[in-house]
Amino acid sequence: MDFELSEDEVALAEGMRRLCAGRFPLERVRAAEGERVVMDGAGWSELADAGVFSLRWAEESGGLGLPMAAATVVFEELGRALVPGPILSSHLAAGVVEGAADGKVMVGAVSRPRVPGASREHGASGARGPIVVEHLGSLGALVVVGDDGLAVVDPATLDAVAVERSLDPLTPLWLVDHLPAGEQIGGADEAARWRRDASVLGGALLVGLATATVDLAVAYAKQREQFGKPIGSFQAVKHLCADMLVRSEVARAAVHAAAVTIDQPDVGDATRAAAGAGLLAVEAAVANGKTCIQVHGGMGFTWEVPAHLYLMRARVLAGALEGADALAEIVAERY
Amino acid sequence: MDLRYSESEEAFRAGLRSWLAEVVPTLGPKPSNLDWLGRRAYDTTWQRMLFDAGYAGIDWPVEGGGRGASPVEQLVYLEELERAHAPYVGVNFVGLLHAGPTVIVEGTPEQRARFLPPILRGEEVWCQGFSEPGAGSDLASLRTRAERDGDEYVVTGQKIWTSHAEVADFCELLVRTGSEDSRHRGITWLALPMDRPGIDFRPLRTIAGSTEFGELFLDGVRVPVANRIGDENDGWRVTMTTLSFERGTAFVGEVLQSMELLRGLRSMARSTGEWHEAEVRRRVGHLGAELDALWALARRNVSQAARTGVPGIGGSVYKLALSELRQRIAELAMELVGPAGLVFGDLPGARGLAGADGADGARIPGNAEIVHTWVHSFSRTIAAGTSQIQRNIIAERILGLPKG
Repeated sequence: MDFELSEDEVALAEGMRRLCAGRFPLERVRAAEGERVVMDGAGWSELADAGVFSLRWAEESGGLGLPMAAATVVFEELGRALVPGPILSSHLAAGVVEGAADGKVMVGAVSRPRVPGASREHGASGARGPIVVEHLGSLGALVVVGDDGLAVVDPATLDAVAVERSLDPLTPLWLVDHLPAGEQIGGADEAARWRRDASVLGGALLVGLATATVDLAVAYAKQREQFGKPIGSFQAVKHLCADMLVRSEVARAAVHAAAVTIDQPDVGDATRAAAGAGLLAVEAAVANGKTCIQVHGGMGFTWEVPAHLYLMRARVLAGALEGADALAEIVAERY
Repeated sequence: MDLRYSESEEAFRAGLRSWLAEVVPTLGPKPSNLDWLGRRAYDTTWQRMLFDAGYAGIDWPVEGGGRGASPVEQLVYLEELERAHAPYVGVNFVGLLHAGPTVIVEGTPEQRARFLPPILRGEEVWCQGFSEPGAGSDLASLRTRAERDGDEYVVTGQKIWTSHAEVADFCELLVRTGSEDSRHRGITWLALPMDRPGIDFRPLRTIAGSTEFGELFLDGVRVPVANRIGDENDGWRVTMTTLSFERGTAFVGEVLQSMELLRGLRSMARSTGEWHEAEVRRRVGHLGAELDALWALARRNVSQAARTGVPGIGGSVYKLALSELRQRIAELAMELVGPAGLVFGDLPGARGLAGADGADGARIPGNAEIVHTWVHSFSRTIAAGTSQIQRNIIAERILGLPKG
């Protein structure tokens, strides 16, 4: 038992951090704010070349054959750097949707709305509001995730209306009235696995966001002076920052443990671990995003300071997971 | 990242599990927490049984009477003890969890030979003399004075929150050897023999009604210089070592215990019908997710200790999160147990199935256990550094924010 990152995992994380710093520095990412296309083909190809979509795919199929634990350390870095685009769904679609693994096609995902009244065992909510699809204008395929299975839909066939302004300026949205049945690509088991893996890898992206906001808030608290000293010397601010670190470290441990439990099924219940990790990662990223704005004071409420981008992205990613109530119910039932 | 135990770790687990299955049922009931002499006898007898079976001081060095095993095996040991409902460190938690590990790291070979084996054999019990009435969270302001007189220090002052002092043989004592305003640069760590003249102890009653700690008055007490651990005026650094052990792995059993409590609460809620309320299920699920995460964090801290030898600063993150979480679990327990939670003693039949195994095999906690857990949960966010002090440590020593 050694739950520290291995040398290979550290190297993988460092490599991805370097790639993000070189290819996706924040100012370049932010240049696409409000655009309908926020990730160009060249950037997507570089992510594909780095193995972001194929790294868990078998080596004989051209992937890297790496375990889920390796994928989480890579996804943390992508989250930390706010890299935009349908990264999670394209990764999960590798091996299921042609062209996803090698980056030829961007693959999106959307949950099929549950029929009102026909709620699942644990009282998950029924359909609410419009169907919102992320990055639709860039997608080559859209995976529809339902309780009974996975289907793939050709985005070009959808009757979609672009949203004028999306909450996260780096996640463009489209409204769709109706999702066709599409082509069935997996049954209920595959859908359950998709959701489980989305909890863990979405969780990893969220942990990356939560970590980035700790760095951002701490850097500001060291530099901003009031009453003649850095605001970070006041306990009221210090404790906000400390709580941010606790949330991100606890969520990181949960996400890592869930990934390792998927890789090493004998060590625990992967479904419970994944649901718990997703739950804590969403909370950490959302709470840290809000706290990061608070630590920045008035500056935190400006568009210029990027604190809001992490919070808005956290809200977007939370949508890729089941809701907090459903995740908590999964843990409760399997405890 | 690897959560699988090695073959030798699994073999260690199997041997320990079968030994525990054999001996734990033979232990009598634990004496009440009003009978500390009885508790001492109970806890030290158990310690002697562990020692004789080769299970004392799992990660202590062999020359100190320990097993010389890895921190990972220490974790397996704690896991199995909890699973078997075996007694834990009891009245000698200071000797086994703080003073012993400190002597291992900071003591001379002679000191290790003198102090370590009697702790492991259950012969000597230690208490802690750190806090003072005027030096709590601000420990470095302590004023208990030690004057050098030949081969001895003469110690005068007052300590507080000293647990189990009336049944202790030694006290890990922090004294001021530097000037009055020397703060952390003028503190020395002494092993005070509790049979010396000039020591007076006055118990304090806790909010649980028990007397597990109290005030220690020292008036011209003579302590041999040979009992000094580390250099004179270097006691603060020595203390930081102690505290890293205290915060690092000392609370691992509490995570597992809390998991069992949570399963028991679910079983209770199922038997009373409250499990039909989504709000109850979601709270249990959320608390469960947090406990799973802290169990992961504990294994991360242990893995770090296995690599570096000393638990890392991450212990503060863990200690803070666990003590706060435990209060929320206890709060849920009090809500579920209902009016029986207003009574300290056992009410047979409270909530119908108390003490029995629920339909799902989990042991349903009785009202007394729940009340005890709830009341004691308030000490968790104070002892070993308050939650507020932990946040200062995290902010200043991990995040690098400036001191106020």
